[in-house]
Formats: sequence, structure tokens, C-alpha cells
Amino acid sequence: MRTQSGNALLGILAWLVALAIFFPILWLLLTAFKTEQEAFSVDPTFWFMPTLESFKTALAQGSGYWHYAWNSALTAVASTIIGLALAVPAAYAMAFYPNKRTDFLLVWMVSTKFIPAVGVLIPIFLVYKTVGLLDHALGLTLLFTAMNLPIIVWMVYSYFRDIPKDIVEAADIDGASVLQTLFKVVLPLALPGLASTGLLALILAWNESFWSITMTDHRAATLAVYIASFKSAEGLFWAKMSAASVLAIAPIIVLGWFTQRQMVRGLTFGAVK
Amino acid sequence: MRRFARVLPVIGMSGMGLAGLGVCLPAMAQSTEITVATVNNPDMVTMQSMMSAFHQAHPDIKVNWVTLPENELRQKVTTDIASGAGQYDVVTVSNYETPIWAQNDWLKPLDEDLPEDYDVDDLLAPVKEGLSVDGELYALPFYAESSVTYYRKDLFEKAGIEMPEKPTWDQMKEFASKIHSPSDGVYGICLRGLPGWGQNMALFGTMVNSFGGRWFDMDWTPQLDSPEWKNAANAYVELLNDYGPPGVTSNGFTESETLFANGQCGMWVDSTVAASYVSDPDTSKVAEDVGFAQAPYQTTEKGSNWLFTWALAVPQSSQHQDAAETFIEWATSKDYINAVADEKGWLSVPPGTRQSTYDSADYKQAAPFAPLVEKAISSASPTDPSAQEVPYTGVQFVTIPQFQAIGTRVGQLMAAMLSGQQSVDDALSQGQAFTERLMQQTGKPQ
Repeated sequence: MRTQSGNALLGILAWLVALAIFFPILWLLLTAFKTEQEAFSVDPTFWFMPTLESFKTALAQGSGYWHYAWNSALTAVASTIIGLALAVPAAYAMAFYPNKRTDFLLVWMVSTKFIPAVGVLIPIFLVYKTVGLLDHALGLTLLFTAMNLPIIVWMVYSYFRDIPKDIVEAADIDGASVLQTLFKVVLPLALPGLASTGLLALILAWNESFWSITMTDHRAATLAVYIASFKSAEGLFWAKMSAASVLAIAPIIVLGWFTQRQMVRGLTFGAVK
Repeated sequence: MRRFARVLPVIGMSGMGLAGLGVCLPAMAQSTEITVATVNNPDMVTMQSMMSAFHQAHPDIKVNWVTLPENELRQKVTTDIASGAGQYDVVTVSNYETPIWAQNDWLKPLDEDLPEDYDVDDLLAPVKEGLSVDGELYALPFYAESSVTYYRKDLFEKAGIEMPEKPTWDQMKEFASKIHSPSDGVYGICLRGLPGWGQNMALFGTMVNSFGGRWFDMDWTPQLDSPEWKNAANAYVELLNDYGPPGVTSNGFTESETLFANGQCGMWVDSTVAASYVSDPDTSKVAEDVGFAQAPYQTTEKGSNWLFTWALAVPQSSQHQDAAETFIEWATSKDYINAVADEKGWLSVPPGTRQSTYDSADYKQAAPFAPLVEKAISSASPTDPSAQEVPYTGVQFVTIPQFQAIGTRVGQLMAAMLSGQQSVDDALSQGQAFTERLMQQTGKPQ
């Protein structure tokens, strides 16, 4: 009896937490379909006549939604692919051929994430200015790769660690080369993990706003810049900005929806030792 | 291209071919491409929608827009110009940063290249002065605003009171007490309370001036602990606490404008750009009843109404200065104003920059408040903002680089004061200490 009521309580709590997390997105969605006056109203309304006016403005010719969306997709996908391509060999070496510096190396890599991004803004800005990578899709791709690489390496490393070393040794004894072991033995086993790592990197890059706003202007500007452009010191803009945000997060939410099973499996993979 | 070649091997080493990813170099275009950095204010949105007119006249210039919130834009443009990156060919600047940036040699002087028919003498004098250093123009005004008093004629009539042409803050308090009726959803007065050097401090700065105060004396010693500041702060707090709307510290320009247009404010002192919004029946419930007066004063009229100009300038780092100048001349010309009037109506033209706009009979007919706005802008006194002598220019700001930090901090203290977290004396002495320390650290302006 006690455990049952405990479970019910836990269930209610889980629902409440989920609702609290989901509410801002729900509110964003509702605001996007309101008029500017309703969106701004001091008494929040749940029931109103939905309008597509804000979406029309957000998608109007000249707003450049597709231009920004393309840049977001390009930089997110490219940085994820490069990130995985660099991280897999690194994690493989660290997981299966560790030496006494491996642990230190892992911690050191993740420690680069401790610095706030703005701390390295000026050097990176100046380097980019010199090599001509400001407002360039390649520049942003490299930044996203560097930004996500420690996380990707760390995650891939922990998935590899869960694969019994005996399997790798058996492949060795059977005469498989390192590449054969990697591609034919290790990667297929770690595929769910790789998929969720890739997805996470994709989401992080897609949602990134600090570097996108500071390092790009027009040519390589992503959806973060697009959303920011709707803010104004004069006039009402909440509904338009909400519509723009909905359009910006829609692709990644849809992607997350379709891959959620894979994602959950990947993230809990190896959780039970 | 050569610069680019240096990074290519690095990418090559990663073992990834980027060709398939579609990362490509910018196409070499025949025409000149310029990048305009701007904010999303309604007049700038109108400018973007007028681009077909520009392209018709100048088919060889392609314009790219970078639209960002004001503070982000200021930071990005500062970084860009200071490092000489040259990403922007046209930047949107105000009369706050124009003199500072011009003295840093960041902006191109414009006088020499202006064509005869630009008619530079048609620009309103205080607006032009605010964008000039030593008589040389460094930015062309796109639109300008001052501050005025909006009030509800119907409520005034009912209470049997009359608004003078230029009220005092004492009178404002008296009027507010007579029309304040929260049970009917009407608050006596709405004023900006949202912290920020361009938000509450714009209004409060003009209050300090009109109470006879100043930011600095002639030795650049801050004056926030002076009796004038205390009087102004007490008046501000009493007015809003007794007759203001609830939660006033989250009300900036837009919030106050919406409150007034919804009929919830008896009076409102704010920017002239709201005049068309509050008198348009489509956007305002009180369009029929809006009255206009000059901004209030107390012991002096000097500095009692602000002056803010949004202008377009060409950074020295731009690679396409000629095309950029062509663009800003077009966007600030009489022809542009007429084109907007033809296409979108006179109420949509950018206000506050040209005498010819205010001489236009069509404009006066469409905008009955035009003479009042013109008077407010022409009477703003950025070079003589206080009854006492000051070493600086600027009405609601001080044109020194430190002011942004000072204004932001003091604005936060004002909000703390309004919400009762701090007493007036504490807030002002903290503001004084902060300003003294900052001026010591950064050195006095030359």
C-alpha cells in the first residue's frame, strides 16, 4: 500500500516537473498565435482567437528565414560530423589503449568548458578577423566543433568503455587491423551511444547563440541572429518574436521527437554496470 | 583568398573533406554589397520595406541588413570598429556615441561629400549639433525624439483642471492626485521605472536638470549627493508611489505606451515618437482624448526635455565607403521622407530631423501634434543642459564613454529606490560613490 501511494506521489511529481519544463514552450507556442496586443496584455489569456499574422511577418519575404535556417542546419550538421570524426579515434585510443596520462587528458579536455565563452571572445575574434573567417559558415562550424568536442569525446569514451575489452582483444587475435576492429566491432556496438552523442551535439550547435550573434552578421548568420532581430526598444514585438522562435526551434524539436527512443536508449546505455 | 588558404591545411589534417558540406567562398559579385547594422525600431522596419525605391535609383548597390537589439548592436559595432574588422559599411548610432566615436577617429566625416540638394541646413539645429564635432557632421540623422507630456483631456475636464503649455513637476503631482482613481483602472501618472541608462535614466536625467542639478561639476566631480538630486529623486518616488501604476520598475517606454493607449494613465511624460501611436484609433483606446503639453520643469526649463537621435554613420573601417555614403544620404534625404509619405502616409515618416517636414502642410494635417514635437526638439539644449555650468554636452546623458556604466548602475539604484528596497539618501550616496570610483579608475575626460 505504502509503495503504491509512494509511486502515485512520484508520478504526480514527475508530471509537475515535466509541466514546469514544458510550460515556457507552451506559452511561446500560444503567444506566437496571438496578436501583439494580446501577447503584451498584463492579464495573460489562454483562450483567444488564434491568428497567423505573426508567422506571416516572420516568414515574409525579406525576413530571410530560409537563409538563416540553412546556415543553422549547415553549421550544426557539419560541426557534428567533424566532431564525431575527430572524437571517435581519440576516444578509441583512450578507451582501449589507455596510458597513465589518459585520465588527466580527459579532465583537461572537459576543463576547457569551464571558461566562459566571453573569456576567449577577443582572441578568437582577432584571429578570425586576420584569417578572414568572420561571418563565414566555416568559421562558425569550427567554433561549434571546438565547443562540442570535449563533450563528444567524453561521451563516446564512456560508451567505448562499456564494451568489454575482451571483444577487442579477440578481434586482435583473429588478426583484425585497428581500423577493422574499430569499424566492424566497436562502432556497431556503440552505435546507439554515437547516435545520441551526435544528436546532442547537433542540438547544442543548433541552439548556440553567443558565438552565432558575435561572429556572424549576415552571410553566415544563424537562426539565433534571426530571433534576436525581432527584439525592439520601441513598439510591440512579443508575438512576432514568439513566432520566429517557434519557427527556429521547430526543426530540432521534430528531430528530437522522432529520435527520442534512440536518444533515451543512448543516454541510459551503460548506466547499469 | 590567400588568408583562407592558411587555414585550409588545418582542416585537411582532420581528415575531413569539407567540399561536400557546401561550405563555399562568397561569390564575387559585380555590384557593391554593403552591410547595414541597425535596430528593429518601427522607423527602421519602414526603411527596410522601402528598399525597392533605393534599388531603383542605385541598382549597383546591394544592401544586407544586420538587425540586432540595441545593446547587442552597440557591443558588436564597437568591437568591429575598434578592431578594424570592417564588417559594417553603415552603422546605426545615436547622438550619445557619435561625438565619442568621432573623437576616436572611428567615423568618416561627412560634410565634404554631401551633395547640394541634400540641403544640410534643413536639418534641425540641435539634432545636427548633436551629431557634429567641431562643426563637422559625423552621422546623418534618421529620426529624432524629444520628451513631452501626454495627458487625458477627458479626465482633466471632469476634474475641472487645465494643463498649462509647460507644467511644473509640482503641478503634475497636484493633477495626478485629482485624476488618480485605481478603482476605475486609471493611475494618475505613468513614468518609466525600468532600469537602464536609456530607460528610467532618460526621464530621471531630465528631472534632475529641471530641478537645477547636474551630473558633474567643472572638475568632473560627481554631484549625485547634491540637494538638487535629492529633490528630484524625492519628487520622482513620491509621484510614482502615490499615483503611479503597480510594478512600475518593469515599465519602460513600450510598457508605458501600452498602458497609456489602454486608458490606464492620466498623464505620461515620454518620447515624442509615441505621439502617432497614442493618437491613432487603431492602436489607442484614448486617441480622441489625448492632449499634449511640453515636458514638465521645476526650477529651470534648461534640460527639462531630452534629445535622442537615431542616425546613420559610415565607419572608417568600411571597405565600401562611397556606396555606404550614397545609402545614408538617400535614407536621410527629403526624397526619402516624401517617398515614405507617398507610400505609407505622412504618419509613417521618420520624425524630428528636417525643418521641411514640419513646414509641410500635409504633415501638419496628418499629425496635429507636429508643431509641439518640433518645438520640443528645437528647444532641447544638449550644449547647455543645466542651470549650473557643466563640462559636458548631452541632456539625458553625458557624452563620455563611462556614462553607459554610470547610467546603468544609477538606473538600478533608482529602481531599488522606487520599489522601497533602498532609501533615497542611500541610493544617491551609493550612486555618488560608484561614479566617483569609476571616474577615478578611468581618469577624467580631457
